[in-house]
Amino acid sequence: MKLNWLYIAWRNVGLKKLQTALSLVLLAFGVGLVSLLMLSEKQLSDTFDRNIEDIDLVLGAKGSPLQLILANVYHVDAPTGNIRLADAEKVIRHPYIAEGIPLAYGDNYRGYRIVGSTDAYTAHYGGEVAEGRTFEASFEVVVGAKVAEATGLKVGDEFFSAHGLQDETDVHTDKVFRVVGRLEPSGTVLDQLLLCTISTIWEVHEGHGEAVAPEDREITAVLLKKRNPLAVLTIPNTIRETNMQVALPSIEINRLTQNFGIGMNTLRAIALLIMLISFASIFISVYDNLLARRYELALMRTMGGSRGGLFLLLLLEGGLLSTGGSLLGLVLSRLGLVALAQLVEDKFRYDWSNIGVMPEELILVGLAIFVGLIAAAIPGISAVRIDTSRTLSEAQ
Amino acid sequence: MIRTRNLVFQYQKDSPLLTFPDVECPAQEQLLLLGASGCGKTTLLHLLCGMLQPAQGTVNINGQALDQMTEAERDAFRGQHVGIVFQKSHFLQSLTVLENLAMPAFLHGAAFDKREGLRLLEQLGIAHKANSRPRDLSVGEQQRAGIARALIHRPALVLADEPTSALDDGSAAAVMDLLETQATAARATLVIVTHDQRLKDRFGNRLNLTAQPQSA
Repeated sequence: MKLNWLYIAWRNVGLKKLQTALSLVLLAFGVGLVSLLMLSEKQLSDTFDRNIEDIDLVLGAKGSPLQLILANVYHVDAPTGNIRLADAEKVIRHPYIAEGIPLAYGDNYRGYRIVGSTDAYTAHYGGEVAEGRTFEASFEVVVGAKVAEATGLKVGDEFFSAHGLQDETDVHTDKVFRVVGRLEPSGTVLDQLLLCTISTIWEVHEGHGEAVAPEDREITAVLLKKRNPLAVLTIPNTIRETNMQVALPSIEINRLTQNFGIGMNTLRAIALLIMLISFASIFISVYDNLLARRYELALMRTMGGSRGGLFLLLLLEGGLLSTGGSLLGLVLSRLGLVALAQLVEDKFRYDWSNIGVMPEELILVGLAIFVGLIAAAIPGISAVRIDTSRTLSEAQ
Repeated sequence: MIRTRNLVFQYQKDSPLLTFPDVECPAQEQLLLLGASGCGKTTLLHLLCGMLQPAQGTVNINGQALDQMTEAERDAFRGQHVGIVFQKSHFLQSLTVLENLAMPAFLHGAAFDKREGLRLLEQLGIAHKANSRPRDLSVGEQQRAGIARALIHRPALVLADEPTSALDDGSAAAVMDLLETQATAARATLVIVTHDQRLKDRFGNRLNLTAQPQSA
């Protein structure tokens, strides 16, 4: 049997269960909240960044520019309205524009949007066909990975679409969609869409037999890539007279995250406050232990324990508390993120299940342990200065 | 074995001086220091083991002068060569009785022989408490565990500070018997500081401490 300081510190911490639990819980909540904020911010910005890639401008109906971006880039909001295909084509053919990807939608299958577009849309997000082939004719559909997983749609399946983007009350039972392909997971918006040709969308909504005249055909939006930076300035002028607007995804998303930011900062301040309280709790815990155990510490001195040894003991006690609390905090933030991911997936159909430890979190944990050691070092210094003789005399 | 000369102690710069008669006890013998409360018994005991430093005079244990050592050296020396029995035995409450016995060895960096510890507890009649927490022991059992801890690392000198004053006659006699036999068995010199008149007749080797005048 051989004792060591760490073992004694462990047993000392274990002796005061309530105090120890309080310190651990407080620190775990503080660290957990900060790390949860870090994780969710990262997931959020990753999600935004992946989908914004290379889209310089979004063309769509007038309304809130943010709504335009959210609806057409992220597919989380309702579209601002429709625009005339003929008007949109004029913008696409503008010399400052390199490429335009048209989008048309208005139907869903079990809550997943059916989006009419071209192969360029799939290609833009790097979507690869995992099974089957891409859509060619009307009513041929390629399903995103998440959609396939959630709805169980397989190549060869047929289904009806429902009007609108969410509910399934108004089902078009006269038009049958057929699944011809399934996409690999790409971590982009493609995962939660069903893709088909634009004319499919038109045909779903045409009355029986009577086709809409080509000049009256409408689409929802166009994702634009610019050829010339001046496009950002000139395009708005060329469409002033129409019902269309262009919005810059990067600017709108910046605005959005800045608005989010205020809430995030408040949460962060609260989390830091909780951490501060937990450090005070560790300090009190170690200090209280010191007062209650002055005789024990003096006793160790009479048995040949050095001042350095006693300091180390208290430091280890603080270290155990702050390490335990921090690690518990990381576990808590993972649980929080999983819960949040469930919410996000139900509501926005984005996958937030990446819960690896970020380098920033390691820094957070390192800092928390360090501050915990400092909180223990202050009573530790008192332990070093303890007057053995007097302490023992008082104990008699 | 232990020898003091002209010990004078002062708590603070302007507090009165305490003077002590010379204490001397040959190796493996036993000495009783008897004195009324307030005559500085505990102070003397702390001087004897180097926990306090005298203002004047010397303490010599096993030929080593404590005042020649640094504080860290005195800590180490005490840990290795001195065992102390307190009036009320203090233990590390978070550790078991047996783990408390391992403390002296750990603190001066020696190995602890668990069988040796159990054997000692056996002799003191508390082997069944080896894995109990100190607070679960009766006062008498605690005192016996305190004796075990003072002797476990085979110190040359055992100092006992009022080892019996908290005990009734029967327990006091039993504890003293154990202390004497164990010290003898361990070939340790035993110095007892007490005001307990019951112990007076047990020891031929006795020194009376008198109450201190306010200044000397």
